Amino acid sequence: MDDIILKVKDTIVELNDTENLEIEFPDSYIKDLAKAYVDEDLTDDELKELIRKLKQAYDRARVEAGEAVGTVAAQSVGEPGTQMTMRTFHYAGVTELNVTLGLPRLIEIVDARKDIATPTMDIYFNEERRDDEEFVRILANQIGKSTINDILSDFNLNYGTMEVEAVLDSKKIEEKRLDRDEINAAIEKAFKKVVINGDEIIISSSKSDKSESKFEIRELRLLADKVRDLQISGIKNIGKVIIRRDDVPFELAEFEGQKEWIIHTEGSNLKEILSKEGIDPVRTTTNNIHEIGEVLGIEAARQSIINEAQNTLSEQGLSVDVRHIMLVADIMTSEGIVKSIGRHGISGEKSSVLARAAFEETGKHLLHASIRGEVDDLTGIIENIIIGQPIPLGTGSVGVKMDYKNK
Amino acid sequence: MKIDIQNHMLVPKHEIMTEEEISEEFSEVDYDFKNLPKIKSKDPVVKAIGAEPGNVLRITRESQTAGEFVTYRIVED
Repeated sequence: MDDIILKVKDTIVELNDTENLEIEFPDSYIKDLAKAYVDEDLTDDELKELIRKLKQAYDRARVEAGEAVGTVAAQSVGEPGTQMTMRTFHYAGVTELNVTLGLPRLIEIVDARKDIATPTMDIYFNEERRDDEEFVRILANQIGKSTINDILSDFNLNYGTMEVEAVLDSKKIEEKRLDRDEINAAIEKAFKKVVINGDEIIISSSKSDKSESKFEIRELRLLADKVRDLQISGIKNIGKVIIRRDDVPFELAEFEGQKEWIIHTEGSNLKEILSKEGIDPVRTTTNNIHEIGEVLGIEAARQSIINEAQNTLSEQGLSVDVRHIMLVADIMTSEGIVKSIGRHGISGEKSSVLARAAFEETGKHLLHASIRGEVDDLTGIIENIIIGQPIPLGTGSVGVKMDYKNK
Repeated sequence: MKIDIQNHMLVPKHEIMTEEEISEEFSEVDYDFKNLPKIKSKDPVVKAIGAEPGNVLRITRESQTAGEFVTYRIVED
């Protein structure tokens, strides 16, 4: 295939030289041309003709200088957006994780929210561990949140001695692949007066003299809740985990129909998960764009905005050309940090006073501008509409200049 | 375990451009390369490749539409 791609490139160079076509195709076009050359069994002359025709179609499809691409993008995302449901669905099928979808999710993305409603992670495993169920289950329980309540077989409040009596379930501990010593250490660390006797744990209130307090019973019950909710495993910010089995993606599979284990999490902590042994540091990802920006950089955040927005739209059966979303993502990340579209981001930081005043909080912007003595150069669209001049857009973006030398 | 974030599928290739490359690339454009999109000096990828404020990075993205797309960012504080 590589030699055919080279051949296509050579043909383009040849056409550029002989017919002065000034062809500059993106790589994907050259790949498609090479594929067509092989699949359709084209002759060299046919390939040349195909390139000429493609050049024509390509030039027709290109955006003209002065086109209002931002407005077109806004309309192209906005119109399908009106058809989105406001409802948040639950993940259908295998997983029972609740994930924000539809319009609320899209708003979250363009607003660049720091705290998204349902952060989730997809954790993949490297080649060795991909099919290792035992390893995946152990890791899932390490990162997923477990409390004492999850491993109890019996739980009693003894009002006579004012003690909490808990009996742990060895089977459940075994099932969750938890370490008994770690559990005991966590319990001992959290409560002062603890007696651990095998599976049996007796905890009494840390207040020294119990007889005098008239809130004794209430305190015991509060203590009982504390015992139940004591976290014994898990990574910060991560809640429930779900293990799923799926096909290995086509590019990575050694043979067809290869399956792998994937962990989905409620909550997200990309940094810690990426440093775990055995996971795939290439594919493991989160849906929290800010977190991606912090851990993987601004370019990864840009890509993540595109992926998340497109997935959100396509899940609702809407297809928006990815170029519009790319433009949004480019603008959101152009300053090196993820900025929101809207009052606190792009629109609120425009250099023109009139443009800001036309968007939101008119009074505030005009007042502040007059106090500071701001100057508006009237280079944008809105400013010129406000004062009634032709706008610098489309045919309005060109002017006439006199050439003094050639009179 | 320390992982190399540059291998992550979301991270495109970042390279520091030399002075010659910068003057060659931006000599015939009608904008100043100092107005390129920015990337913070505390960005994890900038730290990983050891770029400093003022450097220009060449970023080679895998694009859904163009196959491969080259863009630039300037490192700022």
